[in-house]
Amino acid sequence: MVACRAIGILSRFSAFRILRSRGYICRNFTGSSALLTRTHINYGVKGDVAVVRINSPNSKVNTLSKELHSEFTEVMNEIWASDQIRSAVLISSKPGCFIAGADINMLSACKTLQEVTQLSQEAQRILEKLEKSPKPVVAAINGSCLGGGLELAISCQYRIATKDRKTVLGVPEVLLGALPGAGGTQRLPKMVGVPAALDMMLTGRNIRADRAKKMGLVDQLVEPLGPGLKPPEERTMEYLEEVAITFAKGLADKKISPKRNKGLVEKLTAYAMTIPFVRQQVYKKVEEKVRKQTKGLYPAPLKIIDVVKTGIEQGSDAGYLSESQKFGELVMTKESKALMGLYHGQVLCKKNKFGAPQKDVKHLAILGAGLMGAGIAQVSVDKGLKTILKDATLTGLDRGQQQVFKGLNDKVKKKALTSFERDSIFSNLTGQLDYQGFEKADMVIEAVFEDLSLKHRVLKEVEAVIPDHCIFASNTSALPISEIAAVSKRPEKVIGMHYFSPVDKMQLLEIITTEKTSRDTSASAVAVGLKQGKVIIVVKDGPGFYTTRCLAPMMSEVIRILQEGVDPKKLDSLTTSFGFPVGAATLVDEVGVDVAKHVAEDLGKVFGERFGGGNPELLTQMVSKGFLGRKSGKGFYIYQEGVKRKDLNSDMDSILASLKLPPKSEVSSDEDIQFRLVTRFVNEAVMCLQEGILATPAEGDIGAVFGLGFPPCLGGPFRFVDLYGAQKIVDRLKKYEAAYGKQFTPCQLLADHANSPNKKFYQ
Amino acid sequence: MTTILTYPFKKLPTTSKWALRFAIRPLSCSSQLRAAPAVQTKTKKTLAKPNIRNVVVVDGVRTPFLLSGTSYKDLMPHDLARAALTGLLHRTSVPKEVVDYIIFGTVIQEVKTSNVAREAALGAGFSDKTPAHTVTMACISANQAMTTGVGLIASGQCDVIVAGGVELMSDIPIRHSRKMRKLMLDLNKAKSMGQRLSLISKFRLNFLAPELPAVAEFSTSETMGHSADRLAAAFAVSRLEQDEYALRSHSLAKKAQDEGLLSDVVPFRVPGKDTVTKDNGIRPSSLEQMAKLKPAFIKPYGTVTAANSSFLTDGASAMLIMAEEKALAMGYKPKAYLRDFMYVSQDPKDQLLLGPTYATPKVLEKAGLTMNDIDAFEFHEAFSGQILANFKAMDSDWFAENYMGRKTKVGLPPLEKFNNWGGSLSLGHPFGATGCRLVMAAANRLRKEGGQYGLVAACAAGGQGHAMIVEAYPK
Repeated sequence: MVACRAIGILSRFSAFRILRSRGYICRNFTGSSALLTRTHINYGVKGDVAVVRINSPNSKVNTLSKELHSEFTEVMNEIWASDQIRSAVLISSKPGCFIAGADINMLSACKTLQEVTQLSQEAQRILEKLEKSPKPVVAAINGSCLGGGLELAISCQYRIATKDRKTVLGVPEVLLGALPGAGGTQRLPKMVGVPAALDMMLTGRNIRADRAKKMGLVDQLVEPLGPGLKPPEERTMEYLEEVAITFAKGLADKKISPKRNKGLVEKLTAYAMTIPFVRQQVYKKVEEKVRKQTKGLYPAPLKIIDVVKTGIEQGSDAGYLSESQKFGELVMTKESKALMGLYHGQVLCKKNKFGAPQKDVKHLAILGAGLMGAGIAQVSVDKGLKTILKDATLTGLDRGQQQVFKGLNDKVKKKALTSFERDSIFSNLTGQLDYQGFEKADMVIEAVFEDLSLKHRVLKEVEAVIPDHCIFASNTSALPISEIAAVSKRPEKVIGMHYFSPVDKMQLLEIITTEKTSRDTSASAVAVGLKQGKVIIVVKDGPGFYTTRCLAPMMSEVIRILQEGVDPKKLDSLTTSFGFPVGAATLVDEVGVDVAKHVAEDLGKVFGERFGGGNPELLTQMVSKGFLGRKSGKGFYIYQEGVKRKDLNSDMDSILASLKLPPKSEVSSDEDIQFRLVTRFVNEAVMCLQEGILATPAEGDIGAVFGLGFPPCLGGPFRFVDLYGAQKIVDRLKKYEAAYGKQFTPCQLLADHANSPNKKFYQ
Repeated sequence: MTTILTYPFKKLPTTSKWALRFAIRPLSCSSQLRAAPAVQTKTKKTLAKPNIRNVVVVDGVRTPFLLSGTSYKDLMPHDLARAALTGLLHRTSVPKEVVDYIIFGTVIQEVKTSNVAREAALGAGFSDKTPAHTVTMACISANQAMTTGVGLIASGQCDVIVAGGVELMSDIPIRHSRKMRKLMLDLNKAKSMGQRLSLISKFRLNFLAPELPAVAEFSTSETMGHSADRLAAAFAVSRLEQDEYALRSHSLAKKAQDEGLLSDVVPFRVPGKDTVTKDNGIRPSSLEQMAKLKPAFIKPYGTVTAANSSFLTDGASAMLIMAEEKALAMGYKPKAYLRDFMYVSQDPKDQLLLGPTYATPKVLEKAGLTMNDIDAFEFHEAFSGQILANFKAMDSDWFAENYMGRKTKVGLPPLEKFNNWGGSLSLGHPFGATGCRLVMAAANRLRKEGGQYGLVAACAAGGQGHAMIVEAYPK
């Protein structure tokens, strides 16, 4: 039963669900010179309770840095030594953050495994002392309590958290390719049970306060307060402190027991886990599941299981030792460096480099209520934007509005929203067939069919009704924005906003600026995207922009590989085992064969032979037979409502047979097939940087991973070149160039990097 | 039954007279309007307004307010309302046929008598030609009934209104679950035995789980007690302050009861039981006793307890409201004028119970009065913590600036003029009936203690609030 539960929980784990945690934010080194006074921690005494306040200077969040560690030790020693003090409360001075985790820069600065291991051991020592504190310590948690922050909190004797949306607890280290290295792997299983602890550590998920209370991760909840005699956040913090103080006193007086009453299920689980056989089964099942999902590409999850197992089977001493060693090993892995790099990139892409726009967008209008249009509407109304959804037909509009409602209603089912909030959010949406109300719009996003003349028509229609300041954004995956803007009266207000499907799930937004797009227009578009919760890359206009352009040569190679007789299932498994979340053949089906054909033809015309490889005829034949991919029920696979298993579409055999190419044996090993795909992708990405389409490699990596599913464990094309070695990639490209020609010619920038090994995209 | 049947016949002659009166109303109306400002001004300025009819309270009564589950527990809401109506008829001797319209407030409706005003009026012997409707606005339902009446009189539509309210918390409509209801409704429509059987086969045991009327705000799913506790915490109101205030309410109510000041209470002979003559929730305790209670909503560290909250109450109230000239013409000596009133609403989550703070300054400004002009404050006491939080909000410049768009604070009502005869905490709070009690307490206090203006204010679920100025009728 326990095993079932653990597996059930783990089924939600997916390697690609990466880095959703917002709180885990790095802090720039401030290099504080004031060593004499404490800068990170101060404390006051109220009655016989010490109130310890954590406040990292010059930062929005508290992070566990070396300074904070040493000041914390000092303060705790004083508290333990004082006769006046009988208990303590640990609280943050920052309303939205308890402790967001360890300082990532501190980890990145470590050169050797020993250094990292030592950091972990120091943290373990401090927390062990805290755990054994003779005076009860209450952690008063408001805001994010993540990673090391949670490890600190669970070393305290009691935890009180605010029931605020901002209050989340979790150990997201796995998302950075590491493990909780400050005793978390040992304490968490004891606190919440092995299955729940493994789930937390392996998924890195954020747990809301009310859920944490049920799990036993926190002991009491405090409701956030509304306005009183002070601003709500301020008073809530004060109240949390007051409540924590009464509990600290109660614990010191032994009026309150820190022990928690466990529920029946919990007791049964705990009992089952005392049986060695059950434990072994649980480990085995979890390991199997992890192996299947990570495909051996991510070392962290297996090590986490290993460390937990060591602690339980061989005692905590062995557990702690193993934890610190494995922590060191993991932090030094390429995977961890890649994931931390993505994390930094993500932080970068959550900022508006154009500054604040002159006018906030409050009224948004979306043209076209298709999958994309409705998706954009959903993420907009969600954030309080008044949104008009316009379509040409009532059926199209109905479908779009249903999609938005369903998206919101699914959140209600998951208890992320109340039905009341859903209704109030949905009231931000107006569905209509005409241009009524467009005179108030601050921004119009068109998501009509990908056809230049149609886009020109709507642009002209819209410009006749919108006010002067209104921005016109085009959601297109390949049509150059400057061509769309050609018919505009005010091209400085025209911009590209390329969303990815499904809009409410995919985090990326690619914003495309033309030569004429004004800075304020860009600022506005980024501001809207950030409001919609997107990670944003800003690229220059050009055929296929960045994302589509990188994908096109890889897709061309996919077709060639299929023509060479590789079975789509085999191709899928080759790509997923390389780290792509979706197999290459499945990806074509998901994107839509007709869309892929369009893109291949358009970009093929512009880039010529370099984008060649597979014969686009394959796609043309598929479209003519109605094999459009998932949306039409048939593509490379057959899709049926309610059927999970995918069968190959046997009607494809004749098409593939008619276009069959002889495979070249020297470049057709499994590994070669993987690299043929990846190197074409990487080469094109580097070329985008070379041509100035991309401004920074970081944006290139974020775009590739979050928009196209480039393997996160490789950290994106640029990080991959850095970590794998430019020379090795160029060698591969040259090998394939010899077999196939120009399509594999390494671009100049990549060649430069290969020639001078010190050159890196990330210094 | 027979009485009801014969009713129309007896009343027939009057009805025809009525029709006549309605026909000439438009003419008489304008002359009355012109005549209005001419009526008396003796002491301070009065709040009479040109071209608006003066509205007066002739008198008002209420049944004793009882803890729910006590003597009224076998009644239905319209029984209680009827008792208040007959009490009013008795007290004022108003001829039934003079009443133009009846309005009652109620919150939790008995499904069988959803227009409880009409059922009670018929049972109390009012003319079946007198229309009646029921209003609902949570704890300010009776206030809404009164102000609806004020509106009908001021606009010349009516001359004589009975307004009141009723709540019977001893019995509440507990429904079948939605699934069960759906099954039963579908069964009703099923035509063949086969259809019926297939429907019955869908039955599951959990369909039988009952559905209680919401005790929580629909929009936020938070119970009011919980919200009150958070409100008290937001304004840093301590447990002790709350207990002290509750004790004050009970002590003052006890004193008022003992001295016979609660003259609006009319005895109610409960069918099959003894006659109830007074409120039974007044129980002055000691601070030590109260301190022993555990928090009722936010456990284990909250501050709102059973002792410092208003309790579930059964009760009804009714009031006779007339146009001043009509009252005088009928030879009545009115008790008070109903003057300016104001409804407000705000965030139902964090400011659920702050209605009085928002409504008070607005109604004072509208009437051209200040806090100092008010001689009797009658605020609805939902919870001690709510009253004290409102006090702190009214006394805070910061709150006034940041949340009310005012430059300065509202100002604190002086405690010696505040709820001097007890309040909802001690007298009880039948949701739909409290509004009339507040107005009558203000009117009676002004008569007894002297003074010209009273201020009634109340909060209500949904984050709404109400305030009204009551002006003493010159003696």
